[in-house]
Amino acid sequence: MLKRLRASVLLLLVSLAGIAAAQAIDPLPFRDHAEELRFQHLTSELRCLVCQDENLADSNADFARDLRHKVFELMQQGQSDAQIKQYLVDRYSDFVLYDPPVNHRTWLLWFGPLLILIAGALVVANTIRKRSRSGAPAAAAPTENGDDW
Amino acid sequence: MTPELGQLALILALFLALAQSVLPLLGAWRGNRALMAVARPAATGQAVFVALAFAILVAAFLRFDFSVQYVADNSNLQLPWYYRIAAVWGAHEGSMLLWVLILNVWTVALTLFSRRLPDAFLARVLAVLGIISTGFLCFILFTSNPFARLLPMPPDGADLNPVLQDPGMTFHPPVLYMGYVGFSVAFAFSIAALLGGSMEQSWVRWARPWTNAAWGFLSCGIVAGSWWAYAELGWGGWWFWDPVENASFMPWLVGVALIHAQAVTEKRGTLRAWTILLSLFAFSLSLLGTFLVRSGILTSVHAFASDPRRGTFILGFLAVVVGGSLLLYALRAPKVAGGKAFALVSRESAILIGNLMFTVAAAMVMLGTLFPLLGDALNLGKISVGPPYFGLLFPLLMLPVVLLLPFGPYLRWGNSEAPVLKQVLVRAAMAAVACAVIAAFFVQGQLKAIAGVAGAAWVGVGVVLYIVKRWREMARGRRYPAEMAGMLLAHFGVAVFLIGVMLSESLSVTRDVRLSPGQIATVGGYEFRFDGVSETTGPNWTAEQGVVTVTRNGAPVAVMHPQKRTYTREQVQTTSAIDPGITRDIYVALGEPMDPNHVAGAWALRLYTKPFVRWIWAGGLFMMLGGFVSAADRRFRVKREVEAAQAVTATLQESQA
Amino acid sequence: MSRLLPFFAFMLLAALLGFGIWWNSAHDPTAVPSPLINKPAPDFALPMLDTPARTVSKQSMLGKPYLVNVFASWCFACGEEHPVLMAESKNLGVPLIGYDYKDDPQDAKAWLAQHGNPYDMVMADSSGHTAIDFGVYGAPETFLIDGKGVIRYKRIGPLTPKVIAQQLKPAIEALQKEAP
Repeated sequence: MLKRLRASVLLLLVSLAGIAAAQAIDPLPFRDHAEELRFQHLTSELRCLVCQDENLADSNADFARDLRHKVFELMQQGQSDAQIKQYLVDRYSDFVLYDPPVNHRTWLLWFGPLLILIAGALVVANTIRKRSRSGAPAAAAPTENGDDW
Repeated sequence: MTPELGQLALILALFLALAQSVLPLLGAWRGNRALMAVARPAATGQAVFVALAFAILVAAFLRFDFSVQYVADNSNLQLPWYYRIAAVWGAHEGSMLLWVLILNVWTVALTLFSRRLPDAFLARVLAVLGIISTGFLCFILFTSNPFARLLPMPPDGADLNPVLQDPGMTFHPPVLYMGYVGFSVAFAFSIAALLGGSMEQSWVRWARPWTNAAWGFLSCGIVAGSWWAYAELGWGGWWFWDPVENASFMPWLVGVALIHAQAVTEKRGTLRAWTILLSLFAFSLSLLGTFLVRSGILTSVHAFASDPRRGTFILGFLAVVVGGSLLLYALRAPKVAGGKAFALVSRESAILIGNLMFTVAAAMVMLGTLFPLLGDALNLGKISVGPPYFGLLFPLLMLPVVLLLPFGPYLRWGNSEAPVLKQVLVRAAMAAVACAVIAAFFVQGQLKAIAGVAGAAWVGVGVVLYIVKRWREMARGRRYPAEMAGMLLAHFGVAVFLIGVMLSESLSVTRDVRLSPGQIATVGGYEFRFDGVSETTGPNWTAEQGVVTVTRNGAPVAVMHPQKRTYTREQVQTTSAIDPGITRDIYVALGEPMDPNHVAGAWALRLYTKPFVRWIWAGGLFMMLGGFVSAADRRFRVKREVEAAQAVTATLQESQA
Repeated sequence: MSRLLPFFAFMLLAALLGFGIWWNSAHDPTAVPSPLINKPAPDFALPMLDTPARTVSKQSMLGKPYLVNVFASWCFACGEEHPVLMAESKNLGVPLIGYDYKDDPQDAKAWLAQHGNPYDMVMADSSGHTAIDFGVYGAPETFLIDGKGVIRYKRIGPLTPKVIAQQLKPAIEALQKEAP
C-alpha cells in the first residue's frame, strides 16, 4: 500500500518536469562516439510527450526513457534518422518532433517569417527611397553638442 | 501585522492609482495645473502602499505565517530565510505583486528624475503608468490575492519547488521584471506624446535613458535566467526556446530595435512614427509575456498554475491597453515624414535594416511560440515547435546584423563616404579570415566553431578599430561620450556572445557513463575519476554526494561534488557540480546507482566539457553594461541648459554681427 | 489606413489568445490525438496476467470488436476510472480486455483483487515495449478495435459515464452495425 502510494507520488512527480530522480542519465552501450553523438542529436529533437516541454535527451520521465531505448534499439537495427522519426510519428503524431515537418499544414510556420521579411524589406526600401529622394544631404558636419559621431 | 493589512494597503494603492490615472489626464487636457499636480503625490502614495503590502507579504514568509494560503503553498519550516524571501515571488500571486512593486519603483524614479519635463507631458506619462498599475492592482485584488487566508492554519507548509531553491531564483525574477516592466516608461512617454500631439524631438531624448536602462536590466535578467537553467537543471543547456523564455526574448529583440530607432529620431528627427510604434510593441510584448506565462495556453516548465478566469482578465486588460494604444497610434501618429533626409549609404539606413531584422526575428519567435495554438485553432493537428526551428531561423535573421555591425559607428548620419567604409571592410575581413584559419587548426574542422570565430573577429575588430580611431582623433575627455561607450560595449558584447555560442555548441562533449568507484572516463580531453558517493545534509535536504576527481594529462584540475538531493516533501533534485573556467566549463551530474540497494557500487554519471560557455553570459553582461552606460550619458539630462546657453550665445552673436 | 495595420494585427492575435483560453478549458491540453485511428492495431502478443503461459494476441482477437483498457496499479487516474468500468463493463456489448502497463504483476493482481476486476481478461506488458507500438504514453487509455484488427477509437484519460454515453457507445454501435 505504502509502496503504491509512494509510486503514485513518484509518478506525479515524474510528470512534473525534471524533478524526479535523474533517469535522463542513462548510459547505453554505443559502438563508438559517432553513434553516441547521433543518438544525442536525435533524442534532442524528439519531444517527451508527458513532460512540460522537454526533449527525450533531458527528460527524467519513465516514458522518455522508454522512448530513448526504443530509439537506441532502432539505431542498432540500422534504421536511419528519418526512419526512426517516421516510426515515432506513426505512433505519436507529428507532435513528437521538435523539428516540425515542412508540409501543407506547416507552410505558414516555415515561410511566414520569410513573407514578413519580404514585406518589411519592401517598406524599408520604400522609406529609404522616399527619404533619399529629397536630395541626399552632405555628410552631417560635426557639432559641439555631442552628436559628433 | 496581519495579512489583511496587506490587502488593505493594496486597496488604498488602487484608489491612489485611480487618482493617478484619471486626474492628471484631465488636468493635461484642460490645462488645469492643480489636477496635473496630483500625479506626483498620487504616484508616490501608491508606491508607499504597494511597498507596504509587499513588506507585509515578506514578513508573513519570514514569520512562517501558514495561515496565509500563499505562504503555506510556497514555504515550510525548514526553508532557509533567503529562500523564503525568494518564495515571495515563487508563484503567481506573489510574482504579480512584485510586478506592481517594480512598476512603482520605475514610476517613483520617474517622479524623482524628471524635474525638467513639461508639466502636461509628465502628467500624461504618470497617468499612463497609473492606468497600468490600476489594471494590475485590480487583477491582484479580484483574482490573485496573495493575502488570502488558509484556515484552519496548517502546522507546516508545502515547500518551494526545489528547482527554485537556488541563488538564481533570488536574483532572476526581480531583475527580469525591472527590464520587462521598465519598458512601460518608454510606452508611457510615447502615449503621452501621442496624446499631447507635440511631435518635437525632445520627448525621445527624455525617453532614451529610461529605455536603455530597462533594456540593460532585461539583458541582465535573461542572462541570469539562462545561467540559472544551466547551473540548476542538470543537463548543461542554457536556452531551450521554451515559450516562457521566448516571452522574455521578444521584448528584448524589439527593445534593441527601439533603442536604435530612438537614437535616429532624437538626432535626426526622422522615423518618429516607427519609434513610437516600436515602444508600443516593446511593452505590449512584455504584457503579452506576462499573459502567456499565466494563462495556461502554453506548455512550459516555467508556466505558473493557470486559471481561465485569470487568463481572461489579463487578456481583457491586454486588449484595452495594447489595443487602445495602437488605436491611438493609428489616429495620432505623425503622418508627415519629418526630420532630415538620408541616403542609401548612411547610418539611418543601416539602423533601418538592422531594426527590420530584429523585428522580423521577434515576429518569428512569436510565430513559432504560438503556432501550436494556431494549429489547434485551424485544426492543423498538434504540432511541436522547438529548438530546431528557432535555432535555424534566428541565426539566419541575425546574419545581416552581424555583417553590418562593424560599419555602424563609421557610417555617418545622412550620407556616408565609401572610402572609410571600404577600409573597415578590408581590415575586419582580413582579421576574420586570419582568425578563422588559426581557429581551424584548433577545432578539428568544426565549421560552426570556425564561423563563430570569424564572426566574432569581424565584429570585435570593427569595435576595436573604432576605439582606436576615436583615441587618435579626439582630445582627452571627449573621446568616448557615455552614449558611444555604451554602444561600443554592447557591440563588443555581441562578439563575445558569438564566441560563446558557436564554440560551446560545436565543441561541447557530453557522455553518459557508468563508473564504479576508482574507474576513469575520458571526455573532451579530461579524465574523470569517480571516487564514490557519501551522504551529506543541508538545511532542508539530505543528499547523496559523489566525488569526481578531474585531471588533464595527469595534472589535477578539480575535485567535483555532484549531488542528488532529497527535499522535505520527497522531491528529488539533481545538483550538478560545475568547475567554471574562462576557456571551458567542466560539468558533472550524478544519475542513479546501478543497483539501488548497493549505493557504494557503480553509478551513472553525465560528464560534460563545455568550451567557452561562460562567454555567452559574459557577452550578455557586456550588452547590459552597454545599456546602463549609455543611459548614464549626461547629454540626456543637461541638454536643456546647453540649449538655453546656445540660444543666448546665438542671440549675442546676432547682436554683434 | 496602413496605420491601422498594427491594431488589426493585434486584434487578430487577441482573438487567437482568447480562443486559446476557451480551447484549454474545453479540452485536455496534454492529450495527443492518436495517428493510429482507422489504422491496423500493432501485432501484439502479450502474456495473460493470471496465467503467463497463455498469450493474448491480435490474431487471437480477430473476428469481433473489443476494448483494450490500459491501466496500472500505480496510476492514480485509473483508480478514479475503475468504478466506472466496474459499473459499465457489462453494458458495453463488447469484451473489455485489461492492459496492465509497466506494472509489477503482483501489484496488479493485488490491485484488482482490492478494487474489483471488470475485465474479461487481462494481459500484462510489464516492460511497456508493446505499448509504444500502440502509441500509448500514459494511463489510463482505452482503444476500441474492430473485428478486422483496426483501431477505430481511442480515449486518452479516464472513461467517464458521459464519455461512455456520448462517444464510446455510439462508436461501438457503429461497429456492430457494419459487421455482418
